[in-house]
Amino acid sequence: MRRMLMLVFGALCLAALPAQAGGRTPKPVIEQARGEKCIAEPERMRREHAEMLRHQRDQTVRQGVRGEKASLTECIACHASRASGSVAARREDFCASCHSYAGVKLDCFECHSARPKSERVGTRR
Amino acid sequence: MTDRRHGGDKSTALPRRRFIGAAAALAGVAIAPGLMLFEFARGDAPAKGVSGKVRWGMLIDTTRCANGCTACVDACRRENGLGFGTRPTDAQWIRKVELKEVKSGRTQSAPVMCQHCAHPPCVDVCPTGASFRRADGIVLVDRHTCIGCRYCMMACPYKARSFVHENLTDQKPDVPRGKGTVEACTLCVHRVDRGREPACVEACRAARHEAIVFGDLNDPASTIARRIRERTTLQLRADLRLDTGVRYQGL
Ligand code: HEC
Ligand code: HEC
Ligand code: HEC
Repeated sequence: MRRMLMLVFGALCLAALPAQAGGRTPKPVIEQARGEKCIAEPERMRREHAEMLRHQRDQTVRQGVRGEKASLTECIACHASRASGSVAARREDFCASCHSYAGVKLDCFECHSARPKSERVGTRR
Repeated sequence: MTDRRHGGDKSTALPRRRFIGAAAALAGVAIAPGLMLFEFARGDAPAKGVSGKVRWGMLIDTTRCANGCTACVDACRRENGLGFGTRPTDAQWIRKVELKEVKSGRTQSAPVMCQHCAHPPCVDVCPTGASFRRADGIVLVDRHTCIGCRYCMMACPYKARSFVHENLTDQKPDVPRGKGTVEACTLCVHRVDRGREPACVEACRAARHEAIVFGDLNDPASTIARRIRERTTLQLRADLRLDTGVRYQGL
């Protein structure tokens, strides 16, 4: 019986491989951002963006430091989806898709607009 | 009380004092190089953020403020995405106050908003440190730390703060706002940090009243400092000695 189960499990694992490529497993959608590259290496961004944002938040709100790279409005300017114009309006949008995949829930966009400033739309390619 | 403390501790008093002495010496060693490092670090990086040399303030000339004109209030609502005060729970960062002297019938009006006190009572009572005064004198709520307790609203003698009661959508990208937090006039901090004036000041000038002057109270050459030096101005509720950053002239 146990052997049987192992076999079934193995078969399922094998089946999962092509499924991933075919999109049956819900992988996060990462839409190509505007701009040449991110404010740091993508590996570092994936790991440390929350810490960077928290740091920047205190710097800006408490010390009035503006125009820094890790500003939330800057992330949005580059990462807003071309389809929805937002980083979090739809499940596929940049901040939302990855977080729903990772099971992270943000409250940032209850206050922060998830859309770039209107005068900026189209200025970053 | 004192008896017990002295009596009971006698045997340990000396070793403890010696220990404290040793600890202090150690701390001294540790602090000195630390300080040096700090000085070096400050030496090569240009100072970022706001400076305590500046103190932003506003001077409101009530003789130029027109009765019934709401240009400043409207501009504030537009700039900060506040909605148009149609619901009783809508936030209000600036309001027009009309004064009438009963005997003579003389009327006057003036905008009232957060007075950006040097000794803000809202900051004193805030249990989380969310209410704070920036080095340049602007009094703000850090909405990331605000728990919405509203003590600050009770403490403010100017009724300058509002609580956000409802979920908001379509906030301005430069002015995040959200339910469950307290907010007030920020002196348009997002504009001031980029070298612009608050929206109300700009709107008042566009309406050809120029009743509000914005500037650095600490800079003797600024228009606002010069005017305050040359004319009689007052602070609302000066008796509370809060040293407000907003001054009034002609009241
Ligand atoms: C209750 C409302 C509220 C929530 C929730 C909130 N913020 Fe903010 N945030 C603000 C306000 C207000 C400012 C000040 C804006 C200014 O002065 O320009 C701000 C400023 C910032 C800034 C600096 C400005 C910028 O665009 O870079 C960062 C970074 C930031 N917030 C990050 C976050 C993150 C990350 C979250 C979610 C974890 C979050 N905030 C949630 C209200 C909020
Ligand atoms: C100048 C435009 C720009 C800004 C500003 C920007 N990004 Fe990026 N970001 C990119 C680009 C382009 C990529 C694609 C990877 C690369 O080449 O660097 C990327 C990649 C990423 C990734 C990795 C995605 C993946 O492939 O898994 C994360 C996470 C990320 N950014 C988060 C942020 C956050 C958070 C901010 C704000 C603090 C931000 N980005 C600001 C352009 C930007
Ligand atoms: C590549 C996937 C990915 C992308 C894209 C991404 N995040 Fe995250 N984010 C995560 C993961 C995983 C976590 C949880 C681990 C952590 O805290 O670092 C997280 C956590 C966070 C947190 C901390 C949440 C908390 O409760 O502490 C913030 C804030 C945040 N992300 C903001 C953003 C913003 C804003 C964007 C869009 C500009 C974004 N993230 C895009 C994967 C991503």
